[in-house]
Parts: sequence; C-alpha cells; structure tokens
Amino acid sequence: MIDIEKANGEALSRLLSAQPVVVGMGKAKDTVPGMKDRMLLHAGPPLSWETASGPIRGGVMAACMYEGWADTPEDAEKLAAGGGITFDPCHHHHAVGPMAGIVSPSMPVFVLENRTAGNTSYVTMNEGLGKVLRMGAFAPEVIERLRWMEKVLYPVLDAGIRLSVERGQELDVKNMIAQALHMGDELHNRNKAGTSLFLRAIAPFLVETCRNSADLAEVIRFIDKNDHFFLNLAMAAGKASTEAAHGVEGSSLVTVMARNGTEFGIKVSGLGDDWFTCQAALPDVLLFPGFTREDTNRDIGDSAIMETYGVGGFALAAAPAIVQFIGGTPKDAANYTLEMYEITEGENNMFTIPALNFRGTPTGIDILKVAETGVTPVLDTGAAHREPGKGQVGAGIVRMPAEAFLKAAGAFADRYLGE
Amino acid sequence: MTMSMTKLLKEGPKVVNIGVEQFYADLKTQKAEAVSMDWKPSAAGGDLLARLKKLRKGGN
Repeated sequence: MIDIEKANGEALSRLLSAQPVVVGMGKAKDTVPGMKDRMLLHAGPPLSWETASGPIRGGVMAACMYEGWADTPEDAEKLAAGGGITFDPCHHHHAVGPMAGIVSPSMPVFVLENRTAGNTSYVTMNEGLGKVLRMGAFAPEVIERLRWMEKVLYPVLDAGIRLSVERGQELDVKNMIAQALHMGDELHNRNKAGTSLFLRAIAPFLVETCRNSADLAEVIRFIDKNDHFFLNLAMAAGKASTEAAHGVEGSSLVTVMARNGTEFGIKVSGLGDDWFTCQAALPDVLLFPGFTREDTNRDIGDSAIMETYGVGGFALAAAPAIVQFIGGTPKDAANYTLEMYEITEGENNMFTIPALNFRGTPTGIDILKVAETGVTPVLDTGAAHREPGKGQVGAGIVRMPAEAFLKAAGAFADRYLGE
Repeated sequence: MTMSMTKLLKEGPKVVNIGVEQFYADLKTQKAEAVSMDWKPSAAGGDLLARLKKLRKGGN
C-alpha cells in the first residue's frame, strides 16, 4: 500500500534540499542534452506548428531568421509549416524558457547544477521587455539584439562565470532568490532585486576577465536596464530543484507546470513522464496602453516553474510593489499567498516572507489538494499579443485551470488504487 | 445561533456570506451587516472525490 504522505514528504525534501548554482555557459547545440540541428525548443507541453499560438509562431520565425535558416518571416513560416523544423518542449531537455521559450541551437545558455542531487538545468539569457523573441516579436531589432547577446554578452558572462567556478565561488542562485524575497521580489514578475544581486555577485569576475572596457560597460548597462535578467536564472534554479523531486513513487506533488499559449500542462512526481493537459487560461491582466483584451494570447511560458518552486504568485505577499504593475492591493497579494498554503505540501525552509512573520513560502503543489479544495495555483505573469510579431501586451494574475489537475488526480487514483 | 423575528425587523439582518462574493457586495450596498467567507466547492466530482478519499485512507 502506498504511503502518499511519506512519498510527498520525500519529494518535498528533495525539492527543498536542492542547491542550484551556476556552473557554466555554452551554445545550446553543444550544451543542452538532445539538442539537434534544425530543432527548436519551446515552452509548455508538446505542440505542432498547426496548434502553435501566435507568440510561439512569432518566436519560431525570429529564431529561424536568427539562425540564418530563413531571410524573412514569410520564409520562416513556410519552413516551419513544411515540416522543416523539429519542435520539442524545453522540459524534455532539462531546460526552461520564459513566454514562448524558444531555444535554438546557436543560442547561448546558462548551465546550473543542483549540488545536492547532481542534476543540471539549462536556460537562455533574458532579452528584456517589450518587443522580444520570447513575446513572439521578430522585427530586425529583435534579431540584432539576439546576435549582440551571442557575440558580446555571452563571451563576457561566460568568462566571468568560468573564473567564479575555477575559484570555487559559484554563483548561488538559491541564496540570491532567498535574499531577493526580502527585497521586494516575488521572482516571476519582479526580479529587480535578484538582477541587482546577480550583477553585484558577478561584477568582480567580469572586471577580472573582460579586457574590453567598452564591452564590459555595455554588458553591465544591458543587465542594469533589464529588471527581468535574473528571471531566467531563477527559472533554471527552479527546474534543477523540481526535477530532483520528480520520480518519487506515490508522490502527488507537481514537478512541472507549463503553458505553450494553447495548452496548459503539468507533470506529477509519482506519475512518470506523462503530461496532463487542458486548454490554457486566457489571462485577464493589466494591459499596456493601446491594447485590448481581445489582443491577449492564452497563457504562455515555462515561467510557471517559479510557482512550482514555491515563489512567483505563491510569494506575492513578499512583493507589495508588484501590485502596481499587475493590479490589486498589497492585501490582495498577501491573500493570494495565504490561499496557496491550502494546496501545498509544506513551507519553504529557505524562502521566507517578512510580511508574514518570515513564514516559509507555500511549496510543493499537491494535485490531490487542488482536486479536493477547488483552489488552483495563482501565477503573476506576462501576457503576449495573440498575433505573431507584436510582443508583450500586459501583465497580471492568472489562475491555472483545474482540469489538468483533475485529469492528473484521476490518473493518480487509477495507478495507486489499482482499480 | 438564531435571531428573533422582532430583533431581525428592528435591527436588520446579520449575514455570513459563504462563496460567491457578489451576494456579499449586494448586502453591503444595502448597508446590511455582513462578512464574507472565501469558499469554493471541491473541483473534483463525486466519483473522483470518493476515490481520492479512499486513497487518503490508504488504498485497497
């Protein structure tokens, strides 16, 4: 007979004891396991070009032009529609990607290692807000920025990270997340403190390794101007930690939550590699001037790994400043966090919330609790335009649909009741 | 706890609203004394809920 409580305790313990640190960088084709030529990784559960949403299509078109596989968005569309590209979820490659989550072979990625279990995770560098590939934009400036990131940003950061590893002073992302929570971040839609902490930690290594002061200044300015730069690193830390909690027999804890702009999908620790999916939610978010709700695409991105990890929407009580950006009041933010304790296995031993008397964040979503209570996870997220090429339209709170959790709970009962 | 009809007519109702918040908002608009409790029915239907209860009790 399976002991769910014991299994969930074990899965949560693995998640909480993970120690993700930055151990290197590399091009995706040389670094990400299973990455192949003419392959693009994307956010969320599996999809095909036919079912792909606008922002995924836009991101694919941008990646095709960035890789030199197509000269125009039209050519890129033809290539993808004609079966010239292999699509695979980031999560099938130990990777995560925000919004469209497109990873192409030439894109540089950070490599994080969970020092406790030894598993690794991968993530691209964050491009910034507005018209960017991850929001489905493919204008010339988007491609130009990606090329600058490959030619300038990547080598400068790579050299600094190498030195930090050589000295045994690897950048401790989990520690930065814990500190950022005490500085007003919730690590999904607000990464201002995390980005500052990252820059402060890596700066000495960059100064010691970069011989071109103009490049160094450009790199520091780019990171400084992009409050979301740390998001990708935090997501990879979440991936390395939640993946360590996967595969515990009898555990009903969620180890993956992700959206591809069409479908929302989850994976459960004790249910193998199966995805449990349903239609993605339509975010009712605060919109940037000039956009309407009809412009908004369905929920998208692997960034839901942050809530799976116990931060993001689950730590909204730590980030009163974010409510100005996503709508609501600081009291609403605290209430969202308090509600999430109803569907989680435990409280985080490292991530704490000052406003809740340093209570640990709600961590370890339990599909059985979601099914039993009707409470579904809240995310605070960005929203993309439904048409390719348009970029971000707003940000706000979105509830994950119950259906995927109910399907998973049904499969869990099938498997463990043996009926 | 019950309230006598006389008291109800004299002082007005005191309401605990459970679930849909709009009912609470309507009461407040009419200046009734009310509190609201955030509650949702279980997401799982009867059959699934019964099976989950069985699982919680240790399976077969």
